[in-house]
Amino acid sequence: MPALTPELEAELRETARNLRIEVINMLAPAGSGHPGGSLGMADIFTCLYFGGFVRHDPKNPGWLERDRVVLSNGHICPILYAALGERGYFPKEWFKTLRQVGSHLQGHPAMHKTPGVELSTGSLGHGICGALGMALAERMSGRDTHVWALCGDGELQEGLPWEAFMAASHHKADNLTIIVDRNDAQIDGTTESVMSLEPFPDKLRAFGFETIVIDGHDYGQIFDAMNKAQQTKGKPTAIVANTIMGKGVKFMEADGYKWHGKTPSKEQAAQALKDLGASPGSIPEGPWAAATSAKKKWNVPSRPSRSA
Amino acid sequence: MRATRDAFGKALLELGKENPDVVALTADLGGSVKTDDFAKAYPKRFFQMGIAEANMVDVAAGMSTAGKIPFATTFAMFGTGRAWESVRNTIGYSGLNVKIACTHSGLSVGEDGASHQSLEDIALMRVIPGMTVVVPADYAAAFDLTKRVAAHKGPVYLRLGRPKVRDTYKDGEKFEIGKAKILREGKDVAILAVGPQVAFAMEAVELLAKEGISATVADYFTVKPLDEVTLKRLAETHRAIVTAEEHNVIGGLGGAVAEALARIKPTPMRFVGTQDTFGESGDPELLWKKYGVDAAGIVSAAKSALR
Repeated sequence: MPALTPELEAELRETARNLRIEVINMLAPAGSGHPGGSLGMADIFTCLYFGGFVRHDPKNPGWLERDRVVLSNGHICPILYAALGERGYFPKEWFKTLRQVGSHLQGHPAMHKTPGVELSTGSLGHGICGALGMALAERMSGRDTHVWALCGDGELQEGLPWEAFMAASHHKADNLTIIVDRNDAQIDGTTESVMSLEPFPDKLRAFGFETIVIDGHDYGQIFDAMNKAQQTKGKPTAIVANTIMGKGVKFMEADGYKWHGKTPSKEQAAQALKDLGASPGSIPEGPWAAATSAKKKWNVPSRPSRSA
Repeated sequence: MRATRDAFGKALLELGKENPDVVALTADLGGSVKTDDFAKAYPKRFFQMGIAEANMVDVAAGMSTAGKIPFATTFAMFGTGRAWESVRNTIGYSGLNVKIACTHSGLSVGEDGASHQSLEDIALMRVIPGMTVVVPADYAAAFDLTKRVAAHKGPVYLRLGRPKVRDTYKDGEKFEIGKAKILREGKDVAILAVGPQVAFAMEAVELLAKEGISATVADYFTVKPLDEVTLKRLAETHRAIVTAEEHNVIGGLGGAVAEALARIKPTPMRFVGTQDTFGESGDPELLWKKYGVDAAGIVSAAKSALR
């Protein structure tokens, strides 16, 4: 059971800061993508991958005993890629190829292109269902693996996840935890203005989930919730993580949903990096240069071998 | 006469014994899609997913990533229609080893009518890159092909039917995915059929012979990948090709054959299928007759093609 010491928290916060820098460095030159949610979920990703909650082996992505992380709101994959690259699943040089022709790092996660990506997602809702399938299959195989499915709050306006919630509860999938990025932001506005979700935690409870509401930037609360999720028996867990879209970059935090799917200009990126304490002038070259080098260096479109 | 769905249920039960990784899921239709025997014998490997087909298909996808060989079963309308995007994005995109096994395909659903008669499912599945599409003609074919489908690595759509249909093959007949079976050799026209229309094609051969027309019959049970080697030979040795299926003439076997022939050897063709229309309620045999997908329909298409 991972415990949060002050030393570990300091270390994790530094890791999260670096992941956020990598997100900006990936997205700004790519010229398209989703920075808001990627930054908002950086603390959760840090705790999962660096806080001891995910049992995994970056050198053996197909390891049967591994825990699974499924990113159902696949559009915030830059933060997933940052975490996977930092953990050593693939060379960090791949970051600069994001969204370019021939890249391993697609605009939305593709399991057959990126080591460490457990399911291809992007079209909203599907990842939660797929994660449930993994949880049921792992239980069937008698393995004590845990499946973490991350999703957006706006994503839950789709009907499909609620089918999965019903089934997860019915089948008592206690090895499944859903982490909802509750940032109250989606493309057209706040979730409550576009299609209201509240009373949101009550809905999850009514669907049979052990439901925990936390501040998604408070490491103590994140650790407590994740520890509780791993110990909950007889039902799945939902962690509703209240987060701030664009967390760590002041002008993004201030503009909320507007940074859902827009990348910063070079000047804005410089400001963002300054906010994050990165060395100035460290933005990589633009997308066209990256595309060319990507083609030369990383043109390996074949599927990574997966066990099972 | 026996139903392909019954053969599927029997083969699935045997697969349960043969391969511990085989898993079955259903969406409140276990009795209809014939997963009940499997469920009784292997309760831990059977998942009732309720009336929620898109979720069932995604769950099957997740299971396949953990090494299982899931058969997601429901009616063709729901497994390929309602759940299409789950099949496309979660399974097809990454080539996951999931079997979409659907009964109640085509007009032969019968009395339930057009809302439940999928006449577009072959097209919907065929258009997904990497998807294999298998349409057994009868009981023996469905039994063996269910086994082949389980052994095949990658996503497969297995199209099965509700009613009892004429037996074309003897029990024990073996099939190979991707390789058409020539059931009768003729020289004027080649009839390429899938599903119950294979038996109708065999009847049509006799009727055509009475009029002095010599016809070949090929069971094209693998609609994708299409057996183009056999197709090329048939096109080169016959004056015309007729396709037959209980599916819209747009996008099904006929579409697949036409696409291939346009490239390999343009050949006069006729399409036996529903002519871009929905079905209706009624007895399957009468519906096949009314919509021209029976032996008489094939005879008239063959004569038209040779004219």
